[in-house]
Amino acid sequence: MDYFIELLFSGLTRGSIYALIALGYTMVYGIIGLINFAHGEIYMIGAFTAFIVATVLSIYGFPLIAIVIIAGIAAVVWSSSYGYTIEKIAYKPLRHAPRLSPLISAIGMSIFLQNYVLLAQTSDFLPFPRLIPDFPFMEPIAHIVGSTDLVILVTTVIVMVALTFIIKFTLIGKAMRATSQDRTMATLVGINVNRVISATFIIGSGLAAIGGLLIASHIGQINFYIGFLAGIKAFTAAVLGGIGSIPGAVLGSLILGLTESFATGYVSSDYEDVFAFSLLVLILIFKPSGLLGKATNQKV
Amino acid sequence: MGLLKELKKGVLISLWFVFLTFPVMVIKVDPIARTVVWRWANALYMAVGTFFIYFLVQFFLRKKENRKETNDSKEQTLSFIHRILQDRLQRNILIGVVAVVAVFFPQFLSAYQTNVMTTALMYVVLGLGLNIVVGLAGLLDLGFVAFYAVGAYTYALLNLHFGLGFWAVLPIGGLIAATFGILLGFPVLRLRGDYLAIVTLGFGEIIRLILENWGQFSKGPSGISNISRPGFFGIEFSLQSSIIYTYYLMVLLVLVTIFVVNRLQDSRLGRAWIALREDEIACQAMGIDKRKTKLVAFSLGAFWAGIMGVMFAAKTTFVNPASFTFLESAIILSIVVLGGMGSIVGVLFGALILILMPEYLRALSQYRMLAFGAILVCMMVFRPQGLISNIRRTYTFKKKTTSSLCR
Amino acid sequence: MTTQPILDVSGLTMDFGGIRALNTLDLDVNNGEIVALIGPNGAGKTTFFNCITGIYTPTAGDIWLTPPGGGKKISLNGLKPNQVTEKGLARTFQNIRLFSKMTVLENVMIGRHCRTKAFIFGAIFRNKATLQEEQGILETSYAILEKVGLANYADEFAENLPYGAQRRLEIARALATEPLLLLLDEPAAGMNPQETIGLEHLIKQISREGQAILLIEHDMKLVMSLSDRIFVMDYGKKIAQGTPLEIRENPAVIKAYLGEEVDA
Ligand SMILES: Nc1ncnc2c1ncn2[C@@H]1O[C@H](COP(=O)(O)OP(=O)(O)O)[C@@H](O)[C@H]1O
Ligand SMILES: [Mg+2]
Repeated sequence: MDYFIELLFSGLTRGSIYALIALGYTMVYGIIGLINFAHGEIYMIGAFTAFIVATVLSIYGFPLIAIVIIAGIAAVVWSSSYGYTIEKIAYKPLRHAPRLSPLISAIGMSIFLQNYVLLAQTSDFLPFPRLIPDFPFMEPIAHIVGSTDLVILVTTVIVMVALTFIIKFTLIGKAMRATSQDRTMATLVGINVNRVISATFIIGSGLAAIGGLLIASHIGQINFYIGFLAGIKAFTAAVLGGIGSIPGAVLGSLILGLTESFATGYVSSDYEDVFAFSLLVLILIFKPSGLLGKATNQKV
Repeated sequence: MGLLKELKKGVLISLWFVFLTFPVMVIKVDPIARTVVWRWANALYMAVGTFFIYFLVQFFLRKKENRKETNDSKEQTLSFIHRILQDRLQRNILIGVVAVVAVFFPQFLSAYQTNVMTTALMYVVLGLGLNIVVGLAGLLDLGFVAFYAVGAYTYALLNLHFGLGFWAVLPIGGLIAATFGILLGFPVLRLRGDYLAIVTLGFGEIIRLILENWGQFSKGPSGISNISRPGFFGIEFSLQSSIIYTYYLMVLLVLVTIFVVNRLQDSRLGRAWIALREDEIACQAMGIDKRKTKLVAFSLGAFWAGIMGVMFAAKTTFVNPASFTFLESAIILSIVVLGGMGSIVGVLFGALILILMPEYLRALSQYRMLAFGAILVCMMVFRPQGLISNIRRTYTFKKKTTSSLCR
Repeated sequence: MTTQPILDVSGLTMDFGGIRALNTLDLDVNNGEIVALIGPNGAGKTTFFNCITGIYTPTAGDIWLTPPGGGKKISLNGLKPNQVTEKGLARTFQNIRLFSKMTVLENVMIGRHCRTKAFIFGAIFRNKATLQEEQGILETSYAILEKVGLANYADEFAENLPYGAQRRLEIARALATEPLLLLLDEPAAGMNPQETIGLEHLIKQISREGQAILLIEHDMKLVMSLSDRIFVMDYGKKIAQGTPLEIRENPAVIKAYLGEEVDA
């Protein structure tokens, strides 16, 4: 039973992190219909920034709490800046190009960013500093649920609530919802679509950075390539839930996280990634609209 | 006018990029030794570099705009290479020169150089194969490398277990890859373009991961070695002459591929592919079977990848899953995009530039992948038609005279 | 025995989520006729075309096609768009959908696709049969371009044509598939009066050659002068049918159009 609960929590933890990344895919897709292939790299850059800042601060002897806060903020700020800049460079000029052009551009951006980090830093795996201490009150159940898992779950819930609030109640959130429903209409009623798109990239990238920070402290190491696999998996989760749908991304992520956790726990971990890719292929073939997405009939 | 404003903007943008790249470019930490290196020079390079790139981009954008305004005549926009190709005499001279160079290349240069050239030629064929799928039919296939892997492992395994030779497996490898293409294409080709791209990417990774994990079948990550080189009616070659033989074989394969792809694109089938790329719905309404037409493009592309897989295994005498990563697909895609989607001459140039340049500019080779990424982005943003935009045959028909074809 | 109509549609219904865009619609076209389908914007006319050409799958209803001269009745239900075209329905699009990066002649040649056969083998080896077939495609396509008056544009890219010529090219492309019934979706939309007159002559000429035509159009003058019979729809329902004279007097039609600008 303990093993089951352990797997359950590790699945939820995984799922939460996928969700933080998947939201970026889904939001961007909802607004401009682009699979932002470079999103995984944004997350990787978030993790790297956190790593660099945290290590520097810890070398200079800052207290742990300050390190966590500053590294977290730095990760979010830089990832968002990257997201914003990438959109301006690689996607905005292609807004009226054929559908595949921005996708190819996104793939190029992804390869570019991976190699940029590889060349400017290193190709080795780097040990990520322990940012989350073992809480004394978790002692009795530490063999089932680690303190890191707890922090990840709590952070994810807080972030989700905040995101829901932004989308439901703020002006920019309303503009985002309007734009995703009908971009032409949104322009007509005076919404600045460019600003909405930028905001979407900034928010999505910020979420990915939080995901990057959390998973890096969970796994304990990073390298320039972590974005590729995490990106594909989060994308799988977004498609599973129905791309474009925010609750769908969360649901899909949790399902994917739990399935992976139980499959590796009870079956074998050799084929973990094969499993994720197969799931992606199967969903796209059999239910491309996902669990909560709407199937649309192209108007002719 | 506005020069000051432009300068100010340039400075602001470079400052933004200095900020953006600050943590990754400037700080380098060693978490074990617990040391920090501040590489301030990088920030300076970044600032200066961005500043110049910004003005370079502005310059090109302005030039592009001017060109659009001043002349729109077709003659002007024809690229240099097409002007040569259109003139019969110049074209024959060019072909003659290329032929002489191709024939005598191994005589004058080292085995190493010949080997590099053979690799470049393999990418030409891979590019031409992918070009059918992406350039002509408009299907973005990100898992092209899977079919390459299928071909390579077909030869490796048949050679290992049954001792089959290169020539026997060459068509088999192609056909098996094409069969994989059909099997995958059947369910996925009804997907929308961007989903198709992701599914093919997933498929490519699945194949690689299976090869890596299914040790009994594929010998896992350590791969299969001692694969026979191509033979010639039972004659065994020395290593040196085998390299030269493989080179000529590749030249021949390139010629055959160019011939076939050229004929395909100027046919009823080729027109259907291009129409499909332009507008799927209109295409179907004109009576073209979308599924079948896409499937044919997909499996023909796979066929060439399979053939090249066999060639690859025979040339290197060793295969392992690490040769078939997503990056390989990305390289082939870059070749097609850089050259100009749909253009045969473009793919030729694309492959030679992208494969030979990092080979000869050793200093550049570590920036190779960085450049591939940048090329994909820049091409889409500045020159989506590629270096050499595709000029298709124009069908001319004059009443009472037979049709004349001009390229 | 009376002759069968070429196209016989009964009970056609199409739902989009909660919206019923077509509601148990019946319609028929006889050989050699020009039939018009009219109705206010959003009435469901284009949806009707999409349903019978297999682009949408209708919720309910039967679609029958009968080749003239005693051919066997064919059900079009559940066929894919390309199969429908093969059987003999060809259409134009309200929002022009030409292959813009292909030449005018090539656009028409695409229309010949479903009446020709050459495949991979023929493409690579260019055997005699393939060469003959290609020559045939060229000749037929060029002849059709001459018929619609676009022969001097043959080598232009389709996207460079003036608007009216693009609409004609859509017709040429559809004609190239040798349809039993030609479906035209607002062919005069966006044309100036001269172009519209030219179009009227073209449609009359095609019709004189025995081509059955089903026409969606807003230009009432054009509709009245061309049509043998008219069907009127509103909100997905058929509200009237009859000869141009009958339709002109029909109170339901007048009511449906009230507040709408009748003459574009
Ligand atoms: N693919 C679709 N999805 C949802 N609604 C549609 C779709 N196509 C058409 N409709 C709706 O069906 C109705 C009829 O549209 P249409 O057939 O285009 O009208 P018409 O051609 O008579 O102007 C409209 O309300 C339109 O919004
Ligand atoms: Mg309409």
